[in-house]
Order: sequence, then C-alpha cells, then structure tokens
Amino acid sequence: MTVIIGLEIHCQLDTATKLFCGCSTDYRDDHPNSHTCPVCLGLPGSLPKTNKKAVEYALRVAKALHCEVPEESEFSRKNYFYPDLNKGFQITQYDRPLAVCGHLDIEGDDGPKRVRITRVHMEEDPGRLVHKGGADRPRYTLVDYNRAGIPLIEIVTEPDLRSPREARKFLNKMRATLEYLGVFDSEKEGSLRVDANISIQGSERVEIKNITSYKGVEKALTFEVTRQRNSIRRGQKIVRETRHFVETRGVTTSSRSKEMEQDYRYFPEPDLKPLRVKDWAEAIVIPELPDARKQRFIQDYQLSPTHAATLTGDWQIAEFYETLPVEMRASTGTATWVADTLLGELNYRDMAIRHVPLEHFKELLIIRESGGITDRGAVEVLRTLLDQVKEKGGCEAPAECIKRLGLGVITTPEQGSEDPVTSAARDAITENPQAVDDYRKGRKEALNFLVGQVMKKTRGCAKPADVNRVLTGLLSGKE
Amino acid sequence: MIPVPSIEFHPDDRYFAFLRTVSTPECGQGRLAGIPVAVKDNISTAGIETTCASRILAGYIPPYDATVVEHLRREGAAIVGKTNMDEFGMGTTTENSAFGPTKNPADTSRVPGGSSGGSAAAIAGGLVPMALGTDTGGSIRCPAAFCGIVGLKPTYGRVSRYGLIAYANSLEQIGPMAGNVTDVNRLMEVIAGYDSRDSTSLNQAYLHTPDPEIRGVKIGVPEEFFGEGVDPRVASVVWDAISMLERKGAEIVTCRMPSMAYALAAYYVTCTCEASSNLARFDGVRYGDPADTRKTWHESFQERRREGFGEEVRRRIMLGTFALSSGYYGKYYAKAQAARHHVRADFARLFRDVDVLAGPTMPTVAFRFGEKSDPLSMYLSDILTVPANLAGVPAISVPCGKVGNLPVGLQITGRWREDERVVDVAYAYEQGRSA
Repeated sequence: MTVIIGLEIHCQLDTATKLFCGCSTDYRDDHPNSHTCPVCLGLPGSLPKTNKKAVEYALRVAKALHCEVPEESEFSRKNYFYPDLNKGFQITQYDRPLAVCGHLDIEGDDGPKRVRITRVHMEEDPGRLVHKGGADRPRYTLVDYNRAGIPLIEIVTEPDLRSPREARKFLNKMRATLEYLGVFDSEKEGSLRVDANISIQGSERVEIKNITSYKGVEKALTFEVTRQRNSIRRGQKIVRETRHFVETRGVTTSSRSKEMEQDYRYFPEPDLKPLRVKDWAEAIVIPELPDARKQRFIQDYQLSPTHAATLTGDWQIAEFYETLPVEMRASTGTATWVADTLLGELNYRDMAIRHVPLEHFKELLIIRESGGITDRGAVEVLRTLLDQVKEKGGCEAPAECIKRLGLGVITTPEQGSEDPVTSAARDAITENPQAVDDYRKGRKEALNFLVGQVMKKTRGCAKPADVNRVLTGLLSGKE
Repeated sequence: MIPVPSIEFHPDDRYFAFLRTVSTPECGQGRLAGIPVAVKDNISTAGIETTCASRILAGYIPPYDATVVEHLRREGAAIVGKTNMDEFGMGTTTENSAFGPTKNPADTSRVPGGSSGGSAAAIAGGLVPMALGTDTGGSIRCPAAFCGIVGLKPTYGRVSRYGLIAYANSLEQIGPMAGNVTDVNRLMEVIAGYDSRDSTSLNQAYLHTPDPEIRGVKIGVPEEFFGEGVDPRVASVVWDAISMLERKGAEIVTCRMPSMAYALAAYYVTCTCEASSNLARFDGVRYGDPADTRKTWHESFQERRREGFGEEVRRRIMLGTFALSSGYYGKYYAKAQAARHHVRADFARLFRDVDVLAGPTMPTVAFRFGEKSDPLSMYLSDILTVPANLAGVPAISVPCGKVGNLPVGLQITGRWREDERVVDVAYAYEQGRSA
C-alpha cells in the first residue's frame, strides 16, 4: 500500500518589519497588541504597503527552489470570518503566485529524490487567539494582533513524498535551505506550520491541519498511515476530511463538524498593485546552499559524505565548523566529534547549536585536538558545560572546567615513580591478582581488563598508550 | 505656551448636513488658514467620531488622521465637523444614513443627492465654504449637481485614500467640494499629491491656477450622455451650457460611447464585490456594540452584522458575496473587469480626438424623499457618473442653470491625470455665466 504525501509549509519570513506596515516583527516576549498600528490592526481606512524586503526574501526562496518566476505576481484577498482575522480577509496570493514549478532534492527513502514544488506564495499571518480558563472550556478568549501581518511564505509540494520519514527529511532539507538563505529562523516559536495531505494509493486523501513542529509532522503522518491502513484492512472507506493533530497525544482527530466547504471568494487585492517580479528575481544572488556546501566539505576537507551531510545539514553547524582552524576541519576526529558527539549531546538535551557559546566549544575542540584532554575527558567536559548552559544559560570556560574536574591529560614522566598513572597501575595490579595471573599465563585479554581498571581510576585522563606501557612494564617486573 | 488658535463654529444645521460638529476647532497658518472645512464621515479624523453614517461604527473614534485631513490641518484649516452621507457611501440620496436624511437646501422636500449629501448641503446651505466628499460612482458630483455647487472627482490616485474607510477601493476617490471652481481648486491643491502609504497613489502634485480661456478646446458630447432616462428639461439646460462654451470659442463635436451600455452593470458588480470584502471587518469584535459572548462567534457575528448594517448595505454585501462565489466569479467579477477595460478603451479613443467630454451630471433634478423607492431605479440614476470611476479619469460637476428652482449640473470629464483641464473648462463656464 503506497503512501502518498504532499505538504503545505507556512514559514514566517525573518524580516525586521511586517509585510504591510512598519511594525516590528520581534513580538514574542512583548505585551499583547503592543506591536500594532492602524494597518496591521486593519483599522477602517488603513491601507497596506508591501514590504520589499519580504518580497526579496520570498524571491530568494523561489530561486533556491529552482522555481519559475512570472513577469507579474499579485496579491488577492481570501475572505472568511474568524475572530483573529482583523479585516475579515487575509491578504494572500491566489491565481498569480510569486513562483511555480520548482523542486528540492533530498536524500529519500530509496536514495536521491527530487521533490517537486507546486508553488511558493506570500501572505500575512493572522492574529492569535488566547483562550483563558482552560483549553477545553475557556471562560473567555482574547485576541492578540502582534502576530497579525507577519510575512509568511507558503510552499506547496506535489504529492511526491512516500513515507512520514521522507516527509521529515524533506522538511529538514527545506529548513536548512531557508536558513542558508537567511530568510527564516526555525528557532522562533510558531515560525513553521505545516498542513499535510496524505493518502494510501487508491483511497481518498486526508488533510492534517496545523502541525507546528518538525517532529510533529512525522508523528502525525505516522499515526495517520497506521490509521488509514487499519481502516482499509478492516474494509472501511477512508473519508475525505480535514483532521487536526493533537500534539500532546500524538494522534489526529476528525475536525468536529462537517463544516461546509469554505468558499473564500478570492479576488485581486485592489489596494495593491501587481508586483513586477521576474527582473527582480533575476537580480537576486543567493548564497551557497546545503548541497553545494556539502560537496565543498567533501572536497576541501576530505570528509565522508555522511559527515559532510550532517555538518552542512544545519546552517549554524556548518558556520561553526568553518570557524575552526583550517587544519582541524580536515581531521576526521574533529568531524566525528562535531557531527556525532556534539550534535548527539545537543539532541539528547533537546538543545540547538545556537544555545551553545561557540567560542568555548571551539576552545574545547582545540584542546582535544592538541592532546590536552582525552576523548573521554572532552566528552565529560562537554556534558558538564551543556548542562550548565541548560541550567543557567551560560557556562564556564573549558580550560577552567578541565582544571576543576582534574581532567587534564596525565603525562607520565620517564623516570616518574609515583605519577598518577603508575600508582593507579600498581593499585590495579594489587587489586586484581586473578587478572595478573591470567596475563602471566599468556591470556593477553587480561591486560585489556587491567587497562580498563587504570583508566577508571584515572577517570579517563590517562593516555591509553601510557597506561599500556606502564602496565606491561610493571607486570614484566621491570619496576 | 502659545495658545492654539481656533475658531467658533455654531451652525444652524436645519438641513441635517452634519452628523457632528466641533464647536471650537483648532486652526493654524497656511493656505487654508482659519477656513472652516467640513469632512465627510467616511474620512478618518483623529479624535473625532467617524461612523460612515452606520450604526455598526457608532462610537468609533479613529486614532489617526486620514492623509487628506493631515493636509488640511497642516494648511491651517479648521475641521468643523463630519457630514452626513449614505451609509458607507452606498446611495444616491443620503436617505440611507442610519441617522436620518439630509435635506436639499434648494428645496427641503427633496434629497440633496448622495452619497456626499451632507457635504453638499453644508456648502449650499452656507454653513461652510468648502468640504471634502468622496466619489465611488458619482457621490461627489451627484450631490454637487442636486444642490447647485461644484464638486470634483479627481483622477484615481491623485488624492491619497489613506484613512478613507473603503467602500469600493478601486473606484473611489476623495475630492473637493465648494461653492465655486476657485475654492474647489484651492482645496484640491491642498489634498492632492503623492502619499507613500497609498500604493495606488500617483506621483503628481496639483498646483494650478484656473484658466478661463476656452478657445481651441475640443469638447466631445457623446450621444449616450443624452440617452434614454435623461429628463428633457435637464438636457435642454445642459445643451444651453454647452452652446455657451461654443460661443466662447470651444469646438463642440458629437461622438459615441458604446461602452456606456455595460458601465452600470460593471460598476455595480465591482463595487458590491469590493464592499462585501471591505465591510467584513465589522463583526462586533472591534467596533460598535460588542458581540454577544454567550453565543458562538459566528452566531454573534451574524447578529451584529444583521443589526448594525442598514438595508442597502446588507443588500450590496449580499450581492457582492454572491458575485464572488465560487462558480460565479467568472460570470460576474471577471466580466465586470473586462467591461471596465472597454470603458477605459472607449475614453482613450475619444480623448484622442477631444480634450474633454461634456454632458449632464445627473439625468434628472433632485428627487423627492422616497421617490426612488426601488433600488434598481435608484441605481439607474448613476449612469452618467459611473464611467469616470470605472476608468479612473477626472470629472467635475459645475452648476449650469435650473429646472424650476432645482439646480442642474454640467459634467466635464477629462483625460487621465488631466484634472487641471476639467477644472479650467468648469472655470471657463462659471466665468462665462457670471459675465
């Protein structure tokens, strides 16, 4: 049973001001309705004025997605009533979108895949409703228009995706692309909303509305695949409907009533002139995108394709990587450390690279690379620092942390009789007579056990080679 | 602190021209220093209630001035009050005001025309020398003609619409109304010009001294302007006026304007479509009586809109909603836009040969109250004024005589952006008449 998925992605463009007025878009931590003016409140008599920066951002996206940009593009009104909609219509685009017929290449379930983009258009975000007194039976509802007028782009794909996982991969690639273009900030709450159309081949399609997180998309689709497959197995028909994703429970539910099919009565926005976009788009130069950067990482730093993909799959990580000294970038050790260790630890804590004071981590990497700390020690320092950041929003300098935790590499002096490694080795030998006996009887694995014991005692700060040398020396009775 | 200068304004408003007045309005220095100016109630005035003569906006006090009001204040005018109108501009008589009709100062048993009837009556009744009106399909020119004053509908884009509460965005313009062409010209100089807040604004200032020289001006008179429905007495008065211009040296040529046949339909489809969308924001959440929160939101929206809007407004919202509906868009809205192109093309063709067009502003003199009781016959009376709105070209109405005691208006329509020329022709007529 083939799964068919198409996505409609709404992203807030990261401009300084709103789409049709000069109000600041930096509203998230501010009082309700404090980022408003007659235009974004939709006061009678006010008129929209298109923010050129927003159009330019959207055109960058159109170019990055290899879209065709028409001579002229036009805004339309989408008419419907809702309490968060201040004008009773949304200014969006309908039959003359900014861009059509593009594509985005991803690593699909069965290798490289080209996902076709139907269209890219611009629109304004509506306001936001705040329900007071419990979500289920709110006592009253307040309206906040701070979000009203934030520029959005809607990116619509053809039904080219074949699994929830592939949809997730597509979204990750899209996010990376948008961030490379400098037009989108995925970290801002509510900056991305996805509607997904999903069907099992041969059955009706279902639309899942308003998924607000990357993980949510995969979850919602996975739930829906299971639900639809089970229905079909039981011989039930899939009903064409709109469903909502309940993030907290990880399920989709049918939208309450069979509301009438909305008729949005689109018509061209008479207060705005058509935009001449073709020449404009041609003049725009877009920066290096993830695929190109990946190739460059492979070529310039001799990284494996997997490492290169991971390191360039997020703009900030790629940027971080390229702040490291050139010779370090070409080291597999560094690549592994950033791609696997750092990202793994961040993921585990549900943190993003932006939360990390990059100078500190650069320093830690440099200390590690120069042998000032062992790999294990570095991991411990990394964890300590990340925990500090998560708890307090900041962390100590790596060098301090290494010193405080005593994790600096222990170097054994040639003649040193009582350096920490030797004394730990002596203790290990005394405490494990059985292993010593085994070793002397020729069972070489016993040495590994003893090395492990010494490493434990030195909390990973000794170099394994030193431990080996000291242990063999002691066991052969030279000392 | 320097005291802010102000004037006293205590009019005897026996015609109900004003919805509200300001008794000691501030004024200042400038081209309109100390001149009392009335403003139609669909133009936003900071701190002064602005209702569009609708119950649904009762109590709404805009926090900002329309661009034209800013201009008036900057030039020292005293904004003395807000004038009555047909609710949201929807009407030809000012009878559709939720707060009662305005009377025609020329004959108080008759309507002043509309929708800017309050502004026209305030001028004709001698309460103010000039006023702002708005014209979507004749709403400045019709009351100017019925009340015997001068009113100019500017080229679309020459006057900023920022702050004008929209009825039909693609058609309407704010314009000057006054007792004579000179004052219309003065007011136009103040309100016109580019405004970055209005994307449809033209970058063209209006600085003009009216010129009464008419010799060499070619005036076209389309047969359709004197077609069926035009009162022969009105036609005769207007022909006399045109003959006078000819005697003064203008060249008169008759011509045809076939697109007039669908102008009215194109107009009513376009304006109702746009209105249905523009007026959607009045839902009880932000303006007027608050929505009943015990009901579901859509129930309370319906209730607020049913109670807040008058009959004609509800009718036009329904018409526009229907015309934009899925499956009907192509049949109505798209067709109306095609018809608009024809009207524009017709004007362009005619203006290759003539400088202006002349004819009656309205097919008849002012109606008696209640005379046009069915909406369709009311709509038909807009036939001569709507073409200028459809094409965005300037048109002026200037008094040209009377039928009995009732004024008749001569309408001069000009090329796109040539507002100065229609003002000149109107001025030439006015000067010729008084000479």
